[in-house]
Amino acid sequence: MRHSVFTLALASVICASSLAIEVGQSAPEIQLPGRTGAIKLSELKGKAVYLDFWASWCGPCKQSFPWMNEMQAKYGAKGLQVLAVNLDQKPEDAANFLQQTKADFLIALDPTGQSAQKYNVKGMPSSLLIGRDGKVTMVHTGFHAASKAELERAIVAALEAGK
Amino acid sequence: MKALQRMALRLALSAAALAATGCASITPVRPWEKGILAKPEMTFEGDTLDLMFTEHILASREGAAGGTGAGGGGCGCY
Repeated sequence: MRHSVFTLALASVICASSLAIEVGQSAPEIQLPGRTGAIKLSELKGKAVYLDFWASWCGPCKQSFPWMNEMQAKYGAKGLQVLAVNLDQKPEDAANFLQQTKADFLIALDPTGQSAQKYNVKGMPSSLLIGRDGKVTMVHTGFHAASKAELERAIVAALEAGK
Repeated sequence: MKALQRMALRLALSAAALAATGCASITPVRPWEKGILAKPEMTFEGDTLDLMFTEHILASREGAAGGTGAGGGGCGCY
């Protein structure tokens, strides 16, 4: 008994790693304050959710905002919800950014980064697509003009899948 | 005596395990914590004009250009 406790303690020291979110896995819950009220990911079940992690200091994140507006406008009626989680450590940075940049979709505010930790965010920006059944259908890091078409195709596929 | 030996063995094992993990137990700065690193003043060369001048000298004297002109600081964004 004492031996196994010792082994366990050793093992926990060695494997202090976190696992990435993979396609097919159910999306971990996100519960954060938003701009107008609390935001809960599980309440969006039945919709396809484009979950984006961003910060005001991140250039590609800023570039992705017009595109996310476009996607929300184009596919919102078909059941898409863009949810962008802000990870600025200073909330006023996020507020300033949102004053200058139009965001016609849900914004959640996470200055402690607890949701990013849960989703094991590997780079900024990071985005995931969550199907109507609450399962992850795509994991993506970064944002380039070149990847827009691919992302849109994934969105359309996710919207079709749960009909 | 045997107990003492076992104790010593355990101590040695623990020490070896800790050494094997090295700095792995120190969590590096995570992607979403790079707000301060992303500031322009965190670049190696803070002044754009000065950088252009240095680049020009380097390019004309050494026949080497590029490699220093990345925008922003250490944001590491994709």
